[in-house]
Amino acid sequence: MAVVFEKPKALTDAVLHYCPGCPHGIIHRLVAEAIDELGIQGKTIGVAPVGCAVMAYDYFACDMIEAAHGRAPAVATGIKRCRPDNIVFTYQGDGDLASIGMAETVHSAARNENITIIFVNNAIYGMTGGQMAPTSLPGQVTQTSPYGRDVKHCGWPIKVCEMLSTLEGPEYIARVAVNNVKNVKNAKKAIKKAFENQIQGKGFSLVEVVSACPTNWGMTPQKALEWVESDMLPYYPIGVYKDRSAAKEAE
Amino acid sequence: MKTTQILLAGFGGQGVLFAGKFLAYKGLVQDMQVSWLPSYGPEMRGGTANCNVILSDTPVGSPIITTPDVLIAMNLPSLQKFMDTVAPGGTIILDSTLIQARVERTDVKVCYVPATQMAKDAGFATLANMILTGKALKESACADFAGNRETLETFIPAKKANLIDANCQALQMGYDFEG
Amino acid sequence: MAQRVLMKGNEAIAEAAIRAGCRHYFGYPITPQTEIAAYMAKKMPKIGGVFLQAESEIASINMVYGAAATGCRVMTSSSSPGISLKTEGLSYIAGSDIPAFVVNVQRGGPGLGGIQPSQSDYFQATKGGGHGDYRMIVLAPASVQEMASLTIKGFNLADKYLMTAMILADGTIGQMMEPISFEDAEIEHYEKPWALTGTEGKRPHNVVNSLYLQPDKLEIKNFERYERYKIVEENEPMWEEYMMEDAEYCVVAFGIASRVAKNAVVAARAEGIKVGLIRPITLWPFPTKALRKAADQVKSFISVELNMGQMIEDIRLATECRKPVTLCNRAGGMIPSPDQVLQSIRDAAKGE
Repeated sequence: MAVVFEKPKALTDAVLHYCPGCPHGIIHRLVAEAIDELGIQGKTIGVAPVGCAVMAYDYFACDMIEAAHGRAPAVATGIKRCRPDNIVFTYQGDGDLASIGMAETVHSAARNENITIIFVNNAIYGMTGGQMAPTSLPGQVTQTSPYGRDVKHCGWPIKVCEMLSTLEGPEYIARVAVNNVKNVKNAKKAIKKAFENQIQGKGFSLVEVVSACPTNWGMTPQKALEWVESDMLPYYPIGVYKDRSAAKEAE
Repeated sequence: MKTTQILLAGFGGQGVLFAGKFLAYKGLVQDMQVSWLPSYGPEMRGGTANCNVILSDTPVGSPIITTPDVLIAMNLPSLQKFMDTVAPGGTIILDSTLIQARVERTDVKVCYVPATQMAKDAGFATLANMILTGKALKESACADFAGNRETLETFIPAKKANLIDANCQALQMGYDFEG
Repeated sequence: MAQRVLMKGNEAIAEAAIRAGCRHYFGYPITPQTEIAAYMAKKMPKIGGVFLQAESEIASINMVYGAAATGCRVMTSSSSPGISLKTEGLSYIAGSDIPAFVVNVQRGGPGLGGIQPSQSDYFQATKGGGHGDYRMIVLAPASVQEMASLTIKGFNLADKYLMTAMILADGTIGQMMEPISFEDAEIEHYEKPWALTGTEGKRPHNVVNSLYLQPDKLEIKNFERYERYKIVEENEPMWEEYMMEDAEYCVVAFGIASRVAKNAVVAARAEGIKVGLIRPITLWPFPTKALRKAADQVKSFISVELNMGQMIEDIRLATECRKPVTLCNRAGGMIPSPDQVLQSIRDAAKGE
């Protein structure tokens, strides 16, 4: 019988713990497919965050380490500096990467650490039950912004790609989404490129994946994906924000 | 059993730490037990600097000097701060170009060495520290005076080797100074 | 005997670490330990190693965590306020059972405190500092030579017991120069099958992790870890005894305080007071047996510390309060004089 669909080898057989309708499963799969297609599973070391993806170390079949909240880029730096021939990636959420770990994010980018960062932005703290995230939208209702995010009181959401692309350091900064088939396909390309960049020694590559959190947004999965399109993407536009090598070629 | 505790004090930039280092290396070269402890931190930047050097033929206990056998004072605040701590029978060596004050104590030997003026006259204005150190070696006999060049060579980087002659000369001037 | 050289305590640590096979250093500037970073920055690029100045102490300890997870010998160094920031990583390293080497050249606290020598991080180092049940091997050098020898020892112990070894020094020992000779470092090699090196398709994936959501599994992890700690407590305590043979009074002091105390012991002996010194070299594991034995012999103990009285609690625990323990201390960056310690010994001898 012809196999038309199979689980990527870079994923283990563990059953994912994510909520129904959560796109983390899709994003895990995209990362695993990229690892499979590039044939790098045997030399890949992944860094799991604190947040919903905290147990990613059980799901990826490569060597894995669990980092403290926000510290994944520092942990990845330590690994990569010891083992420059291995492929090192982090998988982080918005609270992890853009709030508590912002310093680690910015400085690993500024150093152009030759690592790959998969940044899942779903505008909320999922694991702890739906608190306001650094990327929660103005007016967004969360457990800790019950009257909607008041930007006068708690500031504006952070546009990570826009901010990091102002730095000289990083090689590749892109934002993708996984709310429809076309976007998922493009997300895959960007993620694969982020790994290829590392293989080619080009340096820091970060792919922001605009995702959804039906459970904590209080929406059906379908409605959540629609909300990504209607509310998230206007604030967080999809696109390549920095691609040093491409820019050089274009010159 | 002989132990000499030497306290060097002055402004930052007068070469107090360097002179202390020289004494410590002298001890090292002569197979003695040695400790060298600097003051550290922001007070060094333009403020006072001091360092504690202990030379001994037995293992050094505390590297912190509370009653020095020898005080080398390169400015008035340092003299005032430390002169009463000098052990009875000890020696105070001060730069009399920069310090006009006299020491009232009668239970210590005081050497007034116009080191800054002597250094200036000799054409190496920055080596008052080494003139005073030469005098300290004479007075305390804490280490053999011979072999200064070899000692300096052990810790002065090669690119600054041209300074060794002047340092040796300054040490000799202090050693020969009567008073 | 190898040739003697004069070196600062901080530099001795750095050189010894390199000799112990450490090729990765991650740190953040703070007084009074910057010579370690400066030495590493100069040396590492020339020997194929990595010196990286991190964006914070938090980042640097997490770089250590990542690097250690690959099986490399790696270190960081800091001083008191910086160590507070590193305690997060120290807890994760402990919870993941991987070796690391950390230096704390203490300064006065709490808060930003000062920059002069202190021993006020004794509790932080020996009782945990970070969250959770864990221990670190804590080594307290009292000389520049020991800064080097205990560094090499620390790397070996960390690998042997899969835990953090910490040098708990202070500004004095870090800044002072003494003659030191580097013997050939005895590097002990331990297999590291848990290391993250990439599976190469030849083994199941390794996971370095401290998360166990099932409490029964987490309990087992803790029990196993403490079984290992028990072996450390049994095998690894180090201490020095000085004039203890006929001592009726016992001074207990570590690090720079022990140097001052030694002077005072000599002075007290000259006055006819039979006093000796026990100097813990490992603060954890604490030399409990030595203290317990001394409690059978002496009339009282005097704990000399550069803090408000921290080790004194361990002395009381070790001796089960069988003999009185008095405190002779300075704090905030001040150091007791030999006279102050001598007076405490005299007071003890008078039974005061």
